[in-house]
Amino acid sequence: MKQTLIVLVENKPGVLNRISSLFRRRNYNIESLVVGHSETPGISRMTIVANEPDQSKRGNIYFNLLKLVNVIAVKDVSKLPCISREFIMVKINTGPDQFNEVNAVAKQFGARIVDMGAETVIIEVTDKESVINNLVSALQPFEITEIVRTGKIAMRRGKTHKVSSDKINAKPGEITWKPDQISSYQN
Amino acid sequence: MSNNEQQQLTGAEIIWECLIREGVETVFGYPGGTILPTYDALNKYRDKIHHVLVRHEQGATHMADGYARASGKVGVAMATSGPGATNMITGMATAMMDSSPIVCITGQVSSAVIGSDAFQEIDITGAALPVTKHSYLVMDIDELADTIREAFYVARSGRPGPVLVDIPKDIQNAKTEFIYSNKEFNLLGYQPQEDVRDDDINIFAMMVNNAKKPVILSGHGVLLSYAYKEVLELAEKASIPIATTLLGIGGAPDSHPLVLGMMGMHGESWVNHAIQDADLLIACGMRFDDRVTGNLKTYSPNSKKIHIEIDPSEINKVVKVELAIHADLGNALRKVIPFVSKTGRKEWLNTIAGWHSESQMRDVMNIKTDTLLGAQAIRKIWEGTKGNALIVSDVGQHQMLEAQYYEHDDPRTLLTSGGLGTMGFSLPAAIGASFHEKDREIWVIVGDGGIQMMLMELATAVQENVNINIAIINNGYLGMVRQWQQMFYEARYVETPISSPDFLKLADAYGMEGYRVEKLDEIIETMEKAQKNTGPTLIEFVVEEYEMVYPMVPAGADLHEMIIRPLSDENNNGQLKVKEKVK
Ligand SMILES: Cc1ncc(C[n+]2csc(CCOP(=O)(O)OP(=O)(O)O)c2C)c(N)n1
Repeated sequence: MKQTLIVLVENKPGVLNRISSLFRRRNYNIESLVVGHSETPGISRMTIVANEPDQSKRGNIYFNLLKLVNVIAVKDVSKLPCISREFIMVKINTGPDQFNEVNAVAKQFGARIVDMGAETVIIEVTDKESVINNLVSALQPFEITEIVRTGKIAMRRGKTHKVSSDKINAKPGEITWKPDQISSYQN
Repeated sequence: MSNNEQQQLTGAEIIWECLIREGVETVFGYPGGTILPTYDALNKYRDKIHHVLVRHEQGATHMADGYARASGKVGVAMATSGPGATNMITGMATAMMDSSPIVCITGQVSSAVIGSDAFQEIDITGAALPVTKHSYLVMDIDELADTIREAFYVARSGRPGPVLVDIPKDIQNAKTEFIYSNKEFNLLGYQPQEDVRDDDINIFAMMVNNAKKPVILSGHGVLLSYAYKEVLELAEKASIPIATTLLGIGGAPDSHPLVLGMMGMHGESWVNHAIQDADLLIACGMRFDDRVTGNLKTYSPNSKKIHIEIDPSEINKVVKVELAIHADLGNALRKVIPFVSKTGRKEWLNTIAGWHSESQMRDVMNIKTDTLLGAQAIRKIWEGTKGNALIVSDVGQHQMLEAQYYEHDDPRTLLTSGGLGTMGFSLPAAIGASFHEKDREIWVIVGDGGIQMMLMELATAVQENVNINIAIINNGYLGMVRQWQQMFYEARYVETPISSPDFLKLADAYGMEGYRVEKLDEIIETMEKAQKNTGPTLIEFVVEEYEMVYPMVPAGADLHEMIIRPLSDENNNGQLKVKEKVK
């Protein structure tokens, strides 16, 4: 199973650089990294997917991320109930004769056709990674000219876990987001 | 002038004000265009801060590092942008690998031209990213004071390391009200933490109490966390032998009967045997470097392992452990010691002693030789300093021989570049250390290769008139590389013979005292001359070219598969002499 990490970082110049440098330097295999604003101003939220089967190496990735000064909190959600989504746009070269077939595939996946020109259509969909992979397979018979995917974003189900820290402090009674312990990565 | 304006300081002045408030007394640096405003402002702070003008910015970083290792305080190095800053990279990397707290301050081109490839512009925070614990580029004068304060905090707290603060020239010239906050640090993402649970302490104690053949592995963390007393207390209470890493030397007194000595590639055979045969390893502030473990698959195969570390990313990195304790070492040990039962452990200690006496026969002082051996020279330096000196060793054969033949009883009396193995480290690091260790005798032990890598800092030593003694162990080779060539490349000594200047003339040219020693019985009297001199002294020891460091575990071999020093009657000089075969 791939390792999915939610990472909260201070929105400062060079933070992305620090994180990619870490993965490069430690020879960790990063599969996708998505970053954007979080609910708190000044704090960005990343979802990182790493391809590392070994438990203790996963622990290493976790603790090395946490060690970066600008990284506020890291949660390994690989085994936690989460909603995870990816977004894709596919451009297909297609004349009017094929349009109905493309439309049928799109419908089947709940995708939308967002642009239709004389020769091309753009299809978009947001879904689980596996569904997106299936959509790409189903579109193979057509002439795909471009694909763009965002990589995975993830959110835990249920109540929000707040990070306990001065600026984004959890109010009394709120569930907090505690750092993982080394023992949780023991083989 | 209004009152308000009087309190306005320039960025340059703020830098010095902050350093003074951090307790900095000495700064090692080298000026240049983009740091000029800060050097100009130094004039106002001469009475509080001593600036050491180095000869190369790498030297400045090693000096700051040496100062930090000797004192436990943060060392400070300063340089200009571009080449000044890039010259610091090796020094930052050296400090990073050995967890040494230094703050490097660099000038940067003015913020308006950053990104335009301006004269002497380099993205140093970017270039230094993998070799610093953290780095800052200050783009707002109002953030300067807080940033410097934070930089010192990050450098010294948790697992210490180098921190870079890059300050554009216009920020140094800008003015603002100087406020030195004394608030708690509120770094959102940086809260050095501990995780010592009572359960773990109980398990820890139980593992120790149940062990028949435990060994403590004592690393640099013992020194960094000032846990020497606790480590020894645990060892003595439960009669556990202590093996040290190269950087752990001095963390436990070498003369103590429970202290076995250095482990690993050039560790004495009894130390490595003890580790391989152990049923419990208690790793204290060390990180299972590959020079320590040898082949991981066969490393201490029958032992359970406890790892106590302040940096959780080090735990289970190379060696999987049964019990992980993420904590300051001293804190963890203080908690566990009361639950550890007192034992004599005669059998285990006797077994180790057996291995010990067998190896003693190979003692290097008993080797009859017509040329002086590096090992003998270092043993004599130990004798001549009564084992009390602060030794700063460089990288190579002499470094390993120092670790084997100079016994250290006091913490922080051996400084050496362990993790990065930076040749050239020793001379500048010793100069840096001398600004803290004013009363202790300081000796640099360095090869003829290593001294030539930072030779220019001899001038700094003379200009500052620092009281250090420089022992150059001259074997005419890049000795350690030659040793590998002899052992693994059929003695093809490709590019390892190295010439040197006439060191006596060199000492003379630099204006320092210089001596040459070629015989064992000349050493002590020559040392006495150096000891009388209050400035820097250079002693060249002309030693055997083909000396080998034994024992040796070849890289990646099993830790118990050591190549042992041959007995003296086995061949000439007790050394596996192989003259150059192929040119
Ligand atoms: C900066 C740097 N370059 C190269 C090396 C590789 N290296 C390790 S030991 C060594 C030889 C050191 O020779 P010398 O200083 O004469 O000491 P000796 O081994 O002879 O005691 C070399 C070249 C290094 N450690 N550091």
